[in-house]
Amino acid sequence: MNKKQKRTRNRILVAIALFAVAYAIAELAPLATWLGSVTAALWAEFALFLVPYLIAGYDVLLRAAKNIRTGQVFDENFLMTVATIGAFALVLFPDSDPHMAEGAAVMLFYQVGELFQSYAVGKSRKSIADMMDIAPEFANVERNGELVQVDPYEVAVGDEIRVLAGERVPLDGIVIAGTSQLDTAALTGESVPREVREGDEIISGCVNLTGLITVRVTKPYEQSTVSRILELVENAAEKKARTENFITRFARYYTPAVTGIAVLLAVVPPLLLGQSWSDWVQRGLIFLVVSCPCALVISVPLSFFGGIGGASRLGILVKGSNYLEALAAAETVVFDKTGTLTDGSFNVVAIHPQAGIDPDRLLSIAAHAEAYSNHPIALSVRTAYAGPIDQQRIDDVQEQSGHGVRARIDEHVVYVGNDKLMSECGVGCCECELTGTILHVSLDGAYLGHIVIADVIKPDAAEAIAALRAAGVKKTVMLTGDRADVAAAVANELGIDEFRAQLLPQDKVAEVEKLLEDTHKRGAGKGKLAFVGDGINDAPVLTRADIGIAMGAMGSDAAIEAADVVLMDDKPSNIARAMRIARKTMGIVWQNIVFALGVKLLVLVLAAVGIANMWLAVFADVGVAVIAILNAMRAMSARE
Amino acid sequence: MRKAFKLQDLDCANCAAKMENGIRNIDGVKSATVSFMTQKLVIEADDDRFDAIVEEAACICKKIEPDCVILR
Repeated sequence: MNKKQKRTRNRILVAIALFAVAYAIAELAPLATWLGSVTAALWAEFALFLVPYLIAGYDVLLRAAKNIRTGQVFDENFLMTVATIGAFALVLFPDSDPHMAEGAAVMLFYQVGELFQSYAVGKSRKSIADMMDIAPEFANVERNGELVQVDPYEVAVGDEIRVLAGERVPLDGIVIAGTSQLDTAALTGESVPREVREGDEIISGCVNLTGLITVRVTKPYEQSTVSRILELVENAAEKKARTENFITRFARYYTPAVTGIAVLLAVVPPLLLGQSWSDWVQRGLIFLVVSCPCALVISVPLSFFGGIGGASRLGILVKGSNYLEALAAAETVVFDKTGTLTDGSFNVVAIHPQAGIDPDRLLSIAAHAEAYSNHPIALSVRTAYAGPIDQQRIDDVQEQSGHGVRARIDEHVVYVGNDKLMSECGVGCCECELTGTILHVSLDGAYLGHIVIADVIKPDAAEAIAALRAAGVKKTVMLTGDRADVAAAVANELGIDEFRAQLLPQDKVAEVEKLLEDTHKRGAGKGKLAFVGDGINDAPVLTRADIGIAMGAMGSDAAIEAADVVLMDDKPSNIARAMRIARKTMGIVWQNIVFALGVKLLVLVLAAVGIANMWLAVFADVGVAVIAILNAMRAMSARE
Repeated sequence: MRKAFKLQDLDCANCAAKMENGIRNIDGVKSATVSFMTQKLVIEADDDRFDAIVEEAACICKKIEPDCVILR
């Protein structure tokens, strides 16, 4: 609680104590006997309840007076003032029971509710601020042989900074000395530390856990990962969801309408039908209390804010409430294959030698033949081989573009390449049952066997697809520039509904546009399409989709720029997690809207027919607001 | 020009919505958002009238919620 809240709390406590005293006296003491008349007793009670009323609500009264001067009549201060003064004024109608206790209590409850609201909102503001507490305070720079702490803003690109154990990395850069473990949990939600050594890129916002490292800065602070993330989360509240705009528009009409009905209710039946004034005025006052739109207006943005905050703790950055809303309605999820569902790196997945050939020898020959190539396939063969390459043994290397390599190794003629190369040099090779890039190897015209190289599917990809389906996604599609058989194998293994293979980057945009049309047609505009890519080369598609999700975005500016939802790490399972958070948030938003409106309408109806009293009205206003806020705060706790 | 301001003592969500609506209707304002949760006002408006617009916006906020101040 801040100072202002504490002052209000103390004031309310004093008022409650005095209210209890007043209530006890009014109920128990024989005031009429003491004062000699019933009327005198009534006015004594009036004075007794006026004290706690004024202590609790003088600020509301003052604000209401100010608002009348500036013409702001439909605000809650004004409505509360009229309702409570009205309750006290019923003392002038001798035919009604006294309502002073209710007037004072309404003000008390209203203030308790306001205090709670401001406390709860402050708390969730703070906990989200804490969650995003990744801003570094200083950077250690060597100046004149001494290590000094400077503001990260003052460090220039190319400067060397030291990051001690336990400190936050202040700027993006490259490690030039030292090794350490980095805690990236604040950025990615990943709890396993990441190891860094000389030459590795390092990202601001991570915490250096163990060793001392020296980093050469590669980006100024304003462009570093930390400041970009902070900016993104800060600005998320600007993009309001449709539900949020709907509710504020609704409130604009709701309050004047209910106030208008309240006036009619208080005046028309007594004037036209000659009914009791006190009865109908009281019903009108109940309408005034219920007409405050606060519960609705506060709980919707609070839920979205909580959802966005909770997601960011898991390394899922959502750029606006509108995207969270759209994500909850995602029916079609389109994936880019490479880098999203697969690692995006080529690996040797199988070695199939002919009978009598040692697999290590096969790999060694292939690695030597590919020793001078920079092709990713060659690279993966050399990585798999891992042994030393003796360049003395290699001679006369010829690359045959698109087919493979021919080389002389230990005076033997070696061909390494695809089946076309084999048939060209007249070597019969066998088919492989695995999909991927097949590298056949021949030695002096004899077939030795083949090596299968494929892009490896991420370990959690299949689980991610299943989780998406469980979360309500109707259709999953994979787009790839790869060959159809490779695409089919991946789609099949992961349980993806459809795939489109051999696409050029511009084809992907066209495909997504077609899918968008389908999705929108099917769900009558309600279903949304999400596209998931790694942010490299797919910025146009990310912007075209209803929701563009970029993953593995830590350090990739282009992805952070183009996407609506940014996954800091590269785990596809986080897509389903993001969707679950979005659904939960939307669920909470609608629960609050239905609950708050439902209770208010019910109390209005009951009040109109004369069943409801002031106490119920206070519950419909403050009680509902408190419950809605408590419910909204659930959105923040994003658990697995 | 686009600028963000911090709002101090913005205590009522409905007021935030009213302020947003009011500021949007100031002549020369291209877009305006008041976020109750982050207590921030973002105004995008014509450069030549920007200061006058902020002045008017401050007036609107004061009128709707007397305690609320735009920090500049």
